[in-house]
Amino acid sequence: MTQDARGAVEAAARISYGRLLAYLSVRSRDLSASEDALSEAFAAALRVWPVAGVPDRPEAWLLTTARRVLSHGERHHRIRQGAAPMIELAYEEAHARAAPDFPDERLKLLFVCAHPDIEPAARTPLMLQTVLGLDAGRIAGAFLTSPAAMGQRLVRAKARIRDKGLIFEVLGPEAMADRLADVLSAIYAAYGTGWDAIAGAEDGVRGLAEEGVFLARLTAALLPNEPEANGLFALILYCEARRPARRDSNGAFIPLGRQNPKLWVRDLIIEAEGLLTRASRSGVFGRFQTEAAIQSVHVQRGVTGVTLTAALIQLYDLLASRHPGLGALVSRAAVYADGGKPASGLTFLDDLPPERVATYQPYWVARAHVLRLLGLAVDAKAALDIAIGLTEDPALQAFLAKGQGKTD
Amino acid sequence: MQYMILFTEPQTHFDMRNNPAEAPGYWGAWNAYIGAMAQAGVILNGDGLHGPHTAVTVRVRDGLRQVQDGPYADTKEQLGGYFVIEVADLDAALEWAARSPSAAYGSVEVRPVLPPMSGGAA
Repeated sequence: MTQDARGAVEAAARISYGRLLAYLSVRSRDLSASEDALSEAFAAALRVWPVAGVPDRPEAWLLTTARRVLSHGERHHRIRQGAAPMIELAYEEAHARAAPDFPDERLKLLFVCAHPDIEPAARTPLMLQTVLGLDAGRIAGAFLTSPAAMGQRLVRAKARIRDKGLIFEVLGPEAMADRLADVLSAIYAAYGTGWDAIAGAEDGVRGLAEEGVFLARLTAALLPNEPEANGLFALILYCEARRPARRDSNGAFIPLGRQNPKLWVRDLIIEAEGLLTRASRSGVFGRFQTEAAIQSVHVQRGVTGVTLTAALIQLYDLLASRHPGLGALVSRAAVYADGGKPASGLTFLDDLPPERVATYQPYWVARAHVLRLLGLAVDAKAALDIAIGLTEDPALQAFLAKGQGKTD
Repeated sequence: MQYMILFTEPQTHFDMRNNPAEAPGYWGAWNAYIGAMAQAGVILNGDGLHGPHTAVTVRVRDGLRQVQDGPYADTKEQLGGYFVIEVADLDAALEWAARSPSAAYGSVEVRPVLPPMSGGAA
């Protein structure tokens, strides 16, 4: 019984944390207070449920309890201000109790996390904490920041939402497009593509892949008609599909071009293809759709046995002209080199600003690859040494040290 | 901002330095790392250190000198080297710490460097 009750609390926390917090904070407009109220509600559940039994609707119980905690705090606040009691809140609370379900407000929460007034470095951590309930320590580890600094960053961001009265809303179509791009970038940052660094993809955060998949799936489900939401989810599914092929049985790194397509997860590829097809019906350029299309070209090798370099060049050219991120520009150089144009590849690399590439590992991997194809072995070795020095993952270091640092 | 990054290593890795089969891989990894830092222009100074068995620790207590062979504390990981780097912020220093070979098998401590005391006598 006690064990059941504890399990029920844990299950509710895992499944419903983000929905509960979104619902509470959209109404209170105070993320910190809502988080505190929700954790008090969970603490109460751990005390009450083992004795009184698990309620029929655990989420509704948690919500009512959290709202009571919140309104208590609010009442104190209002009495100090000499305001009237909160009839409105009491009404809403009764309504929430009667309603069979409570509305899913997580989209509003995602949008407020990516608000232009929130510093970009805080957006992804804020999403991870509020939608998924991750603690600051875990987030700090993934982002390679000190836990204290990450905690402060999160507290500052929440205070800003409250003090500036940032509004929890789903925007009109125009503002929506800009903000959605920020929401999706923040989710992509959570997913990270560190494991794909050798192919020149944006080197990102490790260890939060699952959370990134969850957020991308959620956003695509909440915005089924937004091509870029589907594009990002497709991109992430393609990457996930290749996960089992990334390492051999000894944990050694295997680059994309040498992965065994039989190890790619077919169901995920099929789901990704479906999402990408649906997204592309809009006919509008999108960064994530294009990156997903690049992944789609790579996985075609599983069917056709060849990689269509010409198609990759076309897609990277498109990215370079419309969304020239550092990762895309570096990958483009490597793809040109693979397509028999290493001199163009080197020109592209030389054109990148030195201060942006000095510590960007994929750049040095690509540079070594391009220089080797040009027959400049000594320069290639020097670039490869820098790439190894910039590599954090020992498996990837070992792979590069073997001199196999091809970007294929 | 200046940070000192201190690399600590377990005895297994100090031993690699003199093992003909393992030394090239061990030093190769450090050379690549130091080369990358040099290329990025962040190094102010720094050195590798001989192993902990070469250390001598001195304390003066009640006017008596106490000298002991070995490092100041007997821990599984011992200081193997350090760098002082100039980078934008703590996050950038942590990036360099994470890339070091010993991050994967030992640990790396990052500390902000105190600015020099002004006015001589403090």
